[in-house]
Amino acid sequence: MTTTIPTAATAKPPATAPRKSIGRPGLYIVLVIAALFFLLPIYLLFATALKSPDAINLATTWRWPAALNWASFSDAWAKIGGNLGNSLFLAVVATVLAAMMGSLNGYALAKWKFRGANTVFALMLFGMFIPYQAVLIPLFQFIKALGLYGTIWGLILAHVVYGLPITTLIFRNFYADVPDALVEAATIDGAGFWQIYRRVIFPISIPGFVVVIIWEFTQVWNEFLFAATLTNTSAQPVTYALSQLAGGQAVSWNLPMAGAILAALPTLLVYILLGRYFVRGLLAGSVKG
Amino acid sequence: MKGLTKDRLWAIAVLTPSILLLAIFVYGFIGRTVYVSFTDWGNDPAQALALNPIIKWVGLANYQELFTGFLQGRFRQEMISTIFFTVFFILGCLGLGLGLALALDRNPKGEALWRTIFLFPMSLSFIVTGTIWRWMLQPQGGVNQLPAAFGGKPSTFGWLSSTDSVLKFDWNLLPIITAVVVAIVMGVIAYRAFASGQRTRTIVAAASAAVLLLWAVFVAPNLKMLPAPEVHGFNLALVGIVIAAVWQMSGYTMALYLAGLRGIPEELREAARVDGANEIDMYRRVVFPLLAPITLSAMIILGHISLKIFDLVYAMAGPDNTFASVPALNMYLTSFRQNQFALGAAIGTILLILVAFIIVPYLSSQFRTEESH
Amino acid sequence: MSKVQFKKALLVAAALAVTTSAAAAGKLEIFSWWSGDEGPALEALVKLYKQKYSSVVVDNATVSGGAGTNAKAVLKTRMLGGTPPDSFQAHAGQELIGTWVVANRMEDLSALFKSEGWDKAFPKDLTALISSKGGIWSVPVNVHRSNVMWYNPAKLKAWGVTVPKTWPEFITTCATLKSKGVAAPLVMGENWTQQHLWESVMIGTLGAQGWQNLFSGKLKFTDPRVVGAFTTFGKVMDCANKDASGLSWQQASDRIVDGTSAFNIMGDWAAGYFTTTKKLAPGTGFGWATSPGTSKVFVMLADSFGLPKGAKNRTEATNWLKVLGSKAGQDAFNPLKGSIAARIDSDLSKYNTYSRSAATDWKTNKIVGSMVHGAVAPESFTSAFGAIIDQFAATKNSAGAAAAAQQLAVKSGFSK
Repeated sequence: MTTTIPTAATAKPPATAPRKSIGRPGLYIVLVIAALFFLLPIYLLFATALKSPDAINLATTWRWPAALNWASFSDAWAKIGGNLGNSLFLAVVATVLAAMMGSLNGYALAKWKFRGANTVFALMLFGMFIPYQAVLIPLFQFIKALGLYGTIWGLILAHVVYGLPITTLIFRNFYADVPDALVEAATIDGAGFWQIYRRVIFPISIPGFVVVIIWEFTQVWNEFLFAATLTNTSAQPVTYALSQLAGGQAVSWNLPMAGAILAALPTLLVYILLGRYFVRGLLAGSVKG
Repeated sequence: MKGLTKDRLWAIAVLTPSILLLAIFVYGFIGRTVYVSFTDWGNDPAQALALNPIIKWVGLANYQELFTGFLQGRFRQEMISTIFFTVFFILGCLGLGLGLALALDRNPKGEALWRTIFLFPMSLSFIVTGTIWRWMLQPQGGVNQLPAAFGGKPSTFGWLSSTDSVLKFDWNLLPIITAVVVAIVMGVIAYRAFASGQRTRTIVAAASAAVLLLWAVFVAPNLKMLPAPEVHGFNLALVGIVIAAVWQMSGYTMALYLAGLRGIPEELREAARVDGANEIDMYRRVVFPLLAPITLSAMIILGHISLKIFDLVYAMAGPDNTFASVPALNMYLTSFRQNQFALGAAIGTILLILVAFIIVPYLSSQFRTEESH
Repeated sequence: MSKVQFKKALLVAAALAVTTSAAAAGKLEIFSWWSGDEGPALEALVKLYKQKYSSVVVDNATVSGGAGTNAKAVLKTRMLGGTPPDSFQAHAGQELIGTWVVANRMEDLSALFKSEGWDKAFPKDLTALISSKGGIWSVPVNVHRSNVMWYNPAKLKAWGVTVPKTWPEFITTCATLKSKGVAAPLVMGENWTQQHLWESVMIGTLGAQGWQNLFSGKLKFTDPRVVGAFTTFGKVMDCANKDASGLSWQQASDRIVDGTSAFNIMGDWAAGYFTTTKKLAPGTGFGWATSPGTSKVFVMLADSFGLPKGAKNRTEATNWLKVLGSKAGQDAFNPLKGSIAARIDSDLSKYNTYSRSAATDWKTNKIVGSMVHGAVAPESFTSAFGAIIDQFAATKNSAGAAAAAQQLAVKSGFSK
């Protein structure tokens, strides 16, 4: 880490020249401008959500509402509250299933390497990158053939399966860091595949589970294409309901804005409270295949 | 590890359900989609939505229709759009992400807070982002009103509604343009291989560059994909969507770069400084080369996200704004609104091929380096 | 409690009622895109239904979004998924016929029309539009008019212009207004409203008969007259705002109210928006005329409900259709929706000023069907036609657009 910034000046005079030109005030100016870019949409989101429909006027878009209209939220809740419930159920069940299976897969792949394990793993991973448009029509037919079309369970099945590559990946890399000596010691004690998982691997998996659960929960919660094609009105998750709220003939923008806040809240909270793990999931998804 | 057969078998048994599911859901479904794309399912309205449709094999007809059919100008524009979108989206994310990471790497006060601010859009759904930015980019509101807040005149740029485009070219020239671009790349590879003394590589690259150029000069001008010129370009209606996508995803590149920067030992930087390098040189010679692999990873991840992007466009521009549309959206509409399932499957397959171009080399190189460890 | 939860609770309650008292409680799921502004009108129908069949639990599934485009996609996945709603909304005419009837997914309602006496209650032109292959396929609930031009009377007076009667006259008026500093004399919105405008220009230029010939295949899109109409359409578009695709039809209507633009071609649901949402008086707050060149022509579109094969609750669905087609049903629904009844015997005293004038025209004018709202062209045509209009907006190439439209017409099977 660059904790040497103050001393750098004394080390080499030429090095100070550019440093001064983008010195501390410059750094903060850059950061503030960047922060404005990221936060202005959020300001507008809240400012619009808290206006009453007739106070929304394009010319005064940026003004904070004179009177706060909290009713936007209850109105939005009335429209998408049920869908929030669907999303919660969907995300929790799909995440738990995908995480459990991913943990076992990762354990099997990392600690019991068999011939061709890497090839199998690479083939599994490909599933995480495919454009879902390329499987949409057969997926739809398959779910229908299972009799799950329109229900939340069809959607859960799709999310669990397409979530397997990433959960397996994260757990595999996580378990790869567990010293093989631990496993070997357990085998010498006569423990088999399942005992080792239960006694050695699972108890140290909590951070892995946190990363996977946060990542997968966010993914499932935010997904749209499957939501739009696999569910009926009564089982639709919140992303779809929100797109209806905003894409409809809504002139009163306070409603979709309040809806967007409600729909974003769960993942946003998870991110703010557990951001560290969120970033780890983010990095795990890309840096190492 | 020693081979305990029973436990190894357990490992395989544990993996089997996942492998089977993915074999069906990924490879089986892809196969089925490719098959459907070779049929005429949906061409005859009476069969499109029948309970047991009769479908016939038509070979590559759907692909031919997409690339050369008179009515599929929308799809061709979307192909161009998605490529421009990908380029600008990746450049935006890399540039902004790197800038933010370099800034945060200087340990400003409240570093965690800044980082949180730059990264939070990552946790949002594209639908939420799209809803917010759609409102921001309304013709007479949001962003266009910003200059007015500083006493200026409101802007009138049609963020999502513009029908103008720049960098226009004729679709018929596409083969020539592609051939020339690839030839130039090959030429550069040949030159670099020559400089580093790799003879075979030099010859192969130079030869393919020459063949492509000859083809472009002598054969391609006689090829006509369409009877009449069809102009495509970068639609300005996409600018706003690029900005919203960068808003959402640049925190991701920032996190990647920041992890990379934190991984560079301070001694390396010190050593460069001791060697008399100034700060800019130090970044150029030490830091940026070390970040190069991260840039590559980020480009691949962002590239495949960009090619698949659908929900953001749907939420921002709506399904019927063809100036701001992408193939992924067209696939959904073609299949589930025009009932042209075979054509939709063909678009899905083309998307898959584009993504595979990026992902397959990446995955195989990742695993090659891992095996060699 | 949210709506969905509430519905679930109702279902549970209904299920309990069945098991405890063994009363014959049925279920009915209806599918439509009537949410938001049109919600109350649909509620009125449901209420009427429940008065007659009080034990039936009605699941009112709505998918909102511009002129039903989203709903149609959802409906398709549901039908393909083998769980059709008991009855669903579709634009009367080719939209239903070209998609669902040809695929053999709908039940013939001829018997119902006979037993309810509807063969006499609806105009002949309309019944012809919803019939094919010897069957009648849906029950029209309402009628809207597509060819209406809206304006702000006070503003027109201030600018010193009158309402143009033909499209060439419109283009002259447009030049006048531009010279007076009105940047966009005509306002239009997102893609479908542009197609809506195109329809009025075509009918106003080709005449009602020409329009009918276009969709029966007797007149080709590549005919010089049609190409010429495309050129007129291009000139009309030059009068319009440049940010069209960013506006909903309501936002476009707002620009008439605030005087940014002079004219707007929109269906007569705009009357409801002006009176109810904007609180303007018909005639003084806002004015209307038939689109240029279309006086004495009623370009109609109608919403209708059909009965899909395999509906779970067939009896309840049939009863629902009976309520829809009845005089009481139509007069409960239409005053709230801002449309007129499809039946010719409706009670005009229940309707507002605008609707009464439309109802008169409905009985006397030449009736033709709308393209963009699914009456005269199948979905495969209408859903791909938007791209042609977008292309045309960018290039203004009349011959190219006409040729593309012709090819699409051939592909959709109504022209050769």
